[in-house]
Amino acid sequence: MFADYSASELTAIFAMQGFAGLILFSVLVLMALGLAIIFGQMGVINMAHGEFMILGAYITYLTSNIFAEYMPSLFVGYFFVAMILAFGVTFLLGMAVEWGLIRFLYKRPLDTLLATWGLSLILQQLYRTIFGAREVGVSLPDWMMGSYALTDIIEVPINGIFVMVLTLVIALSVYWLMYKSGWGRQVRAVVQNRPMASAVGINTEKVDRITFGLGCGIAGIAGSAFTMIGSTGPTSGQLYIVDTFLVVVFGGAQSLLGTIASAFSISQAQSTMEFFLSGSMAKVLTLLFVVGILMLRPQGLFAMKIRH
Amino acid sequence: MKTKQGLKTKVTSLLKKLALPLAISLAANPLAHAEVNSTGLAVTDDTVKVGILHSVTGTMAISETGSVQAEKLAIEQINAMGGVLGRKIEYIQEDGASDWPTFAEKSKKLLVNDKVAAVFGCWTSASRKAVLPVFEQYNGMLYYPTFYEGLEQSPNVIYTGQEATQQILAGIDWVVKNKDAKKFFLLGSDYIWPRTSNKIARKHIEKLGLNVVGEEYYPLGHTQFNSVINKIKLKKPDVIYAIVVGGSNVAFYKQLKAAGIDMTKEKPLVLTISVTEDEILGIGGENIQGAYAAMKYFQSIENQNNESFVSAFKKRWGDDIVIGDVTQAAYLGPWLWKAAVEKAGSFDIDKVRAASPGIELTTAPEGYVRIHENHHLWSKTRIGHAKANGQYDIVYETKELMEPNPFPEGYQ
Repeated sequence: MFADYSASELTAIFAMQGFAGLILFSVLVLMALGLAIIFGQMGVINMAHGEFMILGAYITYLTSNIFAEYMPSLFVGYFFVAMILAFGVTFLLGMAVEWGLIRFLYKRPLDTLLATWGLSLILQQLYRTIFGAREVGVSLPDWMMGSYALTDIIEVPINGIFVMVLTLVIALSVYWLMYKSGWGRQVRAVVQNRPMASAVGINTEKVDRITFGLGCGIAGIAGSAFTMIGSTGPTSGQLYIVDTFLVVVFGGAQSLLGTIASAFSISQAQSTMEFFLSGSMAKVLTLLFVVGILMLRPQGLFAMKIRH
Repeated sequence: MKTKQGLKTKVTSLLKKLALPLAISLAANPLAHAEVNSTGLAVTDDTVKVGILHSVTGTMAISETGSVQAEKLAIEQINAMGGVLGRKIEYIQEDGASDWPTFAEKSKKLLVNDKVAAVFGCWTSASRKAVLPVFEQYNGMLYYPTFYEGLEQSPNVIYTGQEATQQILAGIDWVVKNKDAKKFFLLGSDYIWPRTSNKIARKHIEKLGLNVVGEEYYPLGHTQFNSVINKIKLKKPDVIYAIVVGGSNVAFYKQLKAAGIDMTKEKPLVLTISVTEDEILGIGGENIQGAYAAMKYFQSIENQNNESFVSAFKKRWGDDIVIGDVTQAAYLGPWLWKAAVEKAGSFDIDKVRAASPGIELTTAPEGYVRIHENHHLWSKTRIGHAKANGQYDIVYETKELMEPNPFPEGYQ
């Protein structure tokens, strides 16, 4: 298939393809981080993860409308405000959901699956009632669209770079929160041994609530960022949920590093195969590859050693 | 003994109950009733019941909302003109909830319990396939609005949208003739409509002696198109022929633009049959500006019929609303049914079916349509050029009506 192309063209295409893989990697990490925190650290299967993402997207849509209407001169920078708002709102909603629903179900992890699935249906219908059944178009400032030409042939999409930088910032912040801050130490203590953590004076309820809120908040930021590359509608969250679970389970539920390693291997496998085969076939092979590995290593790529 | 007597009394009392209204109706309208309705449909002397069956919840609600609005508008307008055969139309609306078994169940309810005289509904091919056996078993009449892949012709369905060949052939001929297109890249979501359509497209392209340099399908709901965009850049086609649907559509066009493919430069040119004005709302006009679409209706068609249709639609459903191809096709349903019923002089399904071929509508927003013997519509195909404001400029329309051909040779 490459016989007709010159060496420089091929180099350029492979460079762009490598970059496409990196963008996919960043997207997967951004989708999965919030879920990894909730699923990995708390054992809650949050089926409404996609709906929290779409809430972030809708908040971005509202913010863009408000800026366009009242502060058109500041429109170029609205996206940063939107992301902060998206985080704030989904964080609060996440804490409210934990308080009203999840905390009664910690001893019944499978029931969280059903409860959060119900929550996702409620949220979808709520979005449909408020924003209408049709998808909404989120307008972006001009500087975020288009591409940056590195050479004559190699062009990198600006929104791709944006997602990569954002993912890096969020991944580093989460790393710092979980492994360097006092709060992170409390979370890890609760994960490893809840009664003992409670006995030494950690307010486990509060830790749970903030952890859940944080997971949802990161989903909100992800949703906000994805308005650049995807659709915003009441059921758009469903487009992401399967891939998100795939990444988290494959990585080993309790390891954030595992999530990143898993996102990297899935994204590289998929984007390489998409290039050489057709799209549907690439998806099938990626899933087969994941299933194969999980048969050999049911605990996922990285498993944390916990004393039970 | 006792049961027999009981039954007898019941029958007598039932007869007595029926006799009075029957006598009154016969006296008031001596012949009409038996003639217009000999099969027990829900028709009274001044009303007739029809069904509207679309998804107003679930994934497909995005697309089907416009159809529901169009059908209600048509029914209201018909009622304002005095109804059908002097009877006002009453509609019973059911929700298919984007779930195909639910569609089948609701259609059975409409036909068996409500005894509606016609049903306007369905959107996806999957929902149509699900209700088809029900309509054929209980002999109902379905007016189906969506452009679709063809390969079907039921005595119980009138297809008011275009079948694949009508949409595809004219579009490809146009880019070949006017844009000097030689190499095509076919791209679609992975299900029956894009696959069949691309098969028809590929056959036509190869018959013209031109090249298909790539054909790719992505799962429904796929959101990452960077790899295929790179492949397109490598293959350098003249035309990207895109049949991507749903949420994937938004992702595809946003990423195409972000990857530096400026559609207004037409290198390559993008030709689609799956993006109506409805979809552009979600994609954003600035992200698809410069692409071409081939379908039978655009909101910007300039003629008297369309002007009054658009203004009535906006008056009824709000100024911000946009009208896409399927919405207009859904609007035709009640009018085509009315014309057929009046030609037949009866609501009976069999008589309406027999009267349908040859029915023409000179008041259609798209201009003029006529029902073919194969239950599809003769209609013109137009090429629209997408503008940043989310509307299409019409750059071409076929001179003649395109003949519907749901079973093109070599596809059975």
